[in-house]
Amino acid sequence: MITKLFSTTVILGILASGIRLATPYLYAAIGETFGQRSGVLNLGVEGQMLLGAFAAFYVSWRTGNLWLGLLAAVIVGALMGLAMAFVTVNLHAEQGISGIGFYLFGLGMSDLLFQKWVGTVKTIEGFPALHIPVLSDLPVVGQVFFSHNILVYGAYALVPIAWFILNKTTLGLKIRSIGENPQAADSLGISVAAVRYYTIIQGGILSGIAGASLSIGLLNVFQQNMTSGLGFIAVALVYFGAWRPIGVLGGALLFSMVNALQLWLQVLNVPIPSDLAVMLPYVLTILVLVMAASKVRAPSALAKPFEREA
Amino acid sequence: MRSWLNSLVDALLPLAATLLALLVGAVMLLFLKVNPVVAYKALLVGAFGSTNALAETLVKATPLLLVGLGICIAFQGNVINIGGEGQMIVGAILGTLVGLTLTDWPGWLVISLAMVAGFVGGAIWGGIPGVLKAYFGVNEILSTVMMNAIAVQLMNYLLRGPMIDPAQAAMASKIPQTARLPMDFRLPRLVPTRLHLGALLALILAFVVYIFLWHTVWGYRIRAVGKNPDASRYAGINVKRYVVLALLLSGAFAGLAGVIQVYGVNYRMITDGSSTGFTGGAGFNGIVAALFGNLHPIGTIPASVLFGALLVGANKMQRMVQVPSALITALNGLVVVFVVSSEIWRKKRQRRRLSVEQADVEGDKGNPPAPETQSADSQPEVQG
Repeated sequence: MITKLFSTTVILGILASGIRLATPYLYAAIGETFGQRSGVLNLGVEGQMLLGAFAAFYVSWRTGNLWLGLLAAVIVGALMGLAMAFVTVNLHAEQGISGIGFYLFGLGMSDLLFQKWVGTVKTIEGFPALHIPVLSDLPVVGQVFFSHNILVYGAYALVPIAWFILNKTTLGLKIRSIGENPQAADSLGISVAAVRYYTIIQGGILSGIAGASLSIGLLNVFQQNMTSGLGFIAVALVYFGAWRPIGVLGGALLFSMVNALQLWLQVLNVPIPSDLAVMLPYVLTILVLVMAASKVRAPSALAKPFEREA
Repeated sequence: MRSWLNSLVDALLPLAATLLALLVGAVMLLFLKVNPVVAYKALLVGAFGSTNALAETLVKATPLLLVGLGICIAFQGNVINIGGEGQMIVGAILGTLVGLTLTDWPGWLVISLAMVAGFVGGAIWGGIPGVLKAYFGVNEILSTVMMNAIAVQLMNYLLRGPMIDPAQAAMASKIPQTARLPMDFRLPRLVPTRLHLGALLALILAFVVYIFLWHTVWGYRIRAVGKNPDASRYAGINVKRYVVLALLLSGAFAGLAGVIQVYGVNYRMITDGSSTGFTGGAGFNGIVAALFGNLHPIGTIPASVLFGALLVGANKMQRMVQVPSALITALNGLVVVFVVSSEIWRKKRQRRRLSVEQADVEGDKGNPPAPETQSADSQPEVQG
């Protein structure tokens, strides 16, 4: 049975699904990277993802238009981000705990609306795989890299864009300086509040899209608590990636490959209890956090509300 | 007088936050085309309308209080424990194993041993993130969340495999549950309802935790480390050890909640694949209760009853007006957000109080003399 695992079809299958499964991690973790670089720890990602997933699913299901569904996820994510920004920036609320509050809200709200408006689990036709002329037809490479839907490509495109914004633009400089020393940035006339509003709302939007990438891209259903900890893993990936988009990409791929492997083990009936296999990514997250914690330094102002000294 | 008023306002802030959450809930209900008055009335009747309802509320409040007590310990030590769900599960697993193994031992002994096992199980599951935070610098919020997910899979694995009820294992349905515990292993009931001895135990423990935190050296050090780790270090306190202790104890109380859930309510472990299927979300809602109780063990008692009532009432509401009880999860989330947000007013008032006191002190020095200080005290100075 183990030998079956090493056949070309299976390995290519694992690679292809690994690349696909990294999508929600990427959207959510890149969004979180911006937030944390500006000094805001958003733990509500999971809740934002669940609401985004539901909004995308529901609107797509009712209108038959996937793009409207995606737009709904963006709007819902932005609203959740706006609320989070108000609470953490204006009211100086403890970020960790208020994030858990937003998580519970998203968890309950998405479940409530699902039961009220949809009722039973329904599948929809999600974003189809894009056929890219020539590239998709290539043997091996085509299957692994060019057999995905538009949301998958979008997630990967986000990585260099995020790198560019953070490292090569004035906005990125402002974000980074606020995350390291908000007092100094403030004295130079940078609005800490405005920049944090921007990063938190953008994080909300990306979390919403992350949810949508599950409900109308990868799984094409909505279920209660369908993210099952994925949003929290995304937050952990930011630590793993040392607050850099490229590091986040590495972490996301590592996770999705482990997940893909775990799924294929089940498909192939390898005699490992599936419950224990599902445990793998979470154990890995803890190990990864241990490794990351000894290696890199978090933004100095992370999770600290900014108050001008009177 | 003023300080008495201030602590009253402090205690009322969470209540205001809850009312605000219920108000938002009412808007949500209107949006779902449900009359909020009817829905909330069903909720109230469901929670307090009869002896049975009241007993159910207290049964639901019990794990909230136990988890909440653990949360008080952790948060007083400034560590955040989101791992109540997993700690409950692991505590319950170990406790259930005791009951399933020692079947011919006397009931009181098995129950006691099971509680110890649950306490230890929760302590291990909370202690691991504690060690990871203290000695490896791992964010405890993330590690406790991951420990939740691991505990769920462990439970699913055990209840489908090694710990499955032999009767279920023989059947095709294979419902993932353990065998039922023997009759005399059940926690005694207090009144002819489902209310069990565990509720009383939780109540007693609330006072124990209060004494621990405010009247023992360990408790004092946990709070000192929570308030100011640097100062504590200078004072010679081993900060890392108390971070571990806070998370470990926090987990232990959640583990106890898990055992009591098995021995007092379900008499077996059963899983629907999720953590809330077993815990009823108490691992998360206990955090809400503790925050609501101002992170004070005694304050957590009424808070647990309130949130127990919301949960029981929500079931009634679901049956009466077809509003899914998930509404309560959403509202609890809002309560957390509102309570944490309301801290700003508490801090503002504190600052104002401080500056008033400072002004008083400066006034006492008598330059320029404030009208009140021109009393008997200042006269000798004038004479001298």
